[in-house]
Amino acid sequence: MSAEQSPKIVIVDESPIRAAILEEGLREAGFTQVVHIREMQSLLARIYSVDPDIILIDLENPSRDVLEAMFQVSRAVRRPIAMFVDQSDSASIQASVEAGVSAYIVDGLKKERIKPILDLCVSRFNAFAKLQEELERTKSQLEDRKVIERAKGILMKMKGLNEDEAYVLLRSTAMREKKKIGEIAQSIITASEMLK
Amino acid sequence: MTTPLRIGFIPLVDAAALIVAVDKGFASAEGLDVTLVREVSWSNVRDKLNIGLFDAAHLLAPVAIASSLGLGHVKVPIAAPFNLGINGNAITVSPALHAALMAEIDGGDRFDPMATAKALARVVAKRKKEGADALTFGMTFPFSTHNYQLRFWMAAAGVDPDEDVRLVVLPPPYMVDSLASGHVDAFCVGAPWNSVAVDLGIGHILHFVSDILVRAAEKVLAVRQVWADKNPQTVAALVRAAVKAAEFIEQPENRAEVARILAQPERIGVDAEVIQRTLGGRLKISPDGTMRESGRYLLVGREEAGCPDPVQAAWLYAQMVRWGQTALSPEALKTAMGVFRPDLYDAAVGRPSQTGQAAGGAFSAFSGPVFNPADVVGYLASFAVARRGP
Repeated sequence: MSAEQSPKIVIVDESPIRAAILEEGLREAGFTQVVHIREMQSLLARIYSVDPDIILIDLENPSRDVLEAMFQVSRAVRRPIAMFVDQSDSASIQASVEAGVSAYIVDGLKKERIKPILDLCVSRFNAFAKLQEELERTKSQLEDRKVIERAKGILMKMKGLNEDEAYVLLRSTAMREKKKIGEIAQSIITASEMLK
Repeated sequence: MTTPLRIGFIPLVDAAALIVAVDKGFASAEGLDVTLVREVSWSNVRDKLNIGLFDAAHLLAPVAIASSLGLGHVKVPIAAPFNLGINGNAITVSPALHAALMAEIDGGDRFDPMATAKALARVVAKRKKEGADALTFGMTFPFSTHNYQLRFWMAAAGVDPDEDVRLVVLPPPYMVDSLASGHVDAFCVGAPWNSVAVDLGIGHILHFVSDILVRAAEKVLAVRQVWADKNPQTVAALVRAAVKAAEFIEQPENRAEVARILAQPERIGVDAEVIQRTLGGRLKISPDGTMRESGRYLLVGREEAGCPDPVQAAWLYAQMVRWGQTALSPEALKTAMGVFRPDLYDAAVGRPSQTGQAAGGAFSAFSGPVFNPADVVGYLASFAVARRGP
């Protein structure tokens, strides 16, 4: 990157984890000048003070509309800023919007320098979404396990079963009813609480 | 067979026809299986509509035009077969600015926009002399009715919106906080945010937009033009569902139910009572409880409000020219007018409608000449404050 200096990149994202994932990716790819803005008050003023070449913003952020104002002729703007993707880049827009990120680029930055940054953005955003999904799944699995333990305990006590028998009963009932074992366990807990 | 549709919206009262069409079953009665997707920014709505993640959207009328002209973003021709709302915005000011304006109104009528604009000009001049910061006004988007309405109002008294004050974009849900924190001194936004500010005691509603413009197209039901060409039956069904929903909303006896539907957390998500006020055009305008009523605050289905009027599109285009967002060209004017599609509306309802202007009179405002789309040059020449370009 000696011939061309690394472009200055601003990440506007209220999620610190996602921003960190993205920032790390950018640094690994050799983009050393990365600034993360989390505070949405006076967003434009902060951006102008950093004077970035590229701004990346997540689509869950209502402040995206604030960035759109940068296209406007205004005395506040020192350099005109254009939406990265021009008419020919509909595939890039599609990929980035689907991933949940948008990029704004200062005019004059070469297109071939932008492409890898946006691609990286898309893949990191997708990775973050997957991570979150997994987290959710693990959480609900953990929750299920706790519920199953409690239901087993109830069955053991009320029906005089051992642990394995209690589990087999839960599982066979779930299969017969075409329900998740966690749901059956939950209904046992609910029923036992009502019958207390 | 039902047609699945994904439609994006921003949580505002003027999305009512769309929300009620879905939640009250008017859409499913037309064979449409609509999933409404609540969005957080107009840029998202525009982009998701443009690339086909949405089949249709609740969209700022000027964004539909800007998108069709390729202003500010990629060029994607949009068709608007239904007008979701006429008017509905208001200008809310902080208690401090309100007091300053009332002190300078000089015996004028406080509901007369010329009187308040002149008062604003005096406040601005005074602040300049004192070396105080320029007043900051919040609006929702560069290509928004709010931007143009604020500019139109203040410029009538010689206040230059780019030189004498600061206009900043703020997402509607942030407006109230920004006024409370002093980040802005005033804002122009749609319902329910003006009422929310008044209820919190941090704002006064200075004007309904209907004080400034008699009839102003606000949000449209937007689809991609190519999509409309390919799916005429679906467009017609969607328009019919919206027309029926708009008729339902306008029946005073349905207002409470409509407000409840709109108040749901996954729709607009604010108090039903606040929504009902704006639907009825009876608003609390001051924290002391002063009420003001207007039959023109927000038109959803009355006075052929649903029929898109190309004259409205021409006026919005003229504002883009006036404020330097684009240069005047006869082709662009034609394109802009072509975004509003009364023909699609008529085809859907099966009868020729009167366009909005024919139903509601000529396009007029509190200042300036009556707008004539055949003479945009002459119209624009009559305004002293403007920013021609780019």
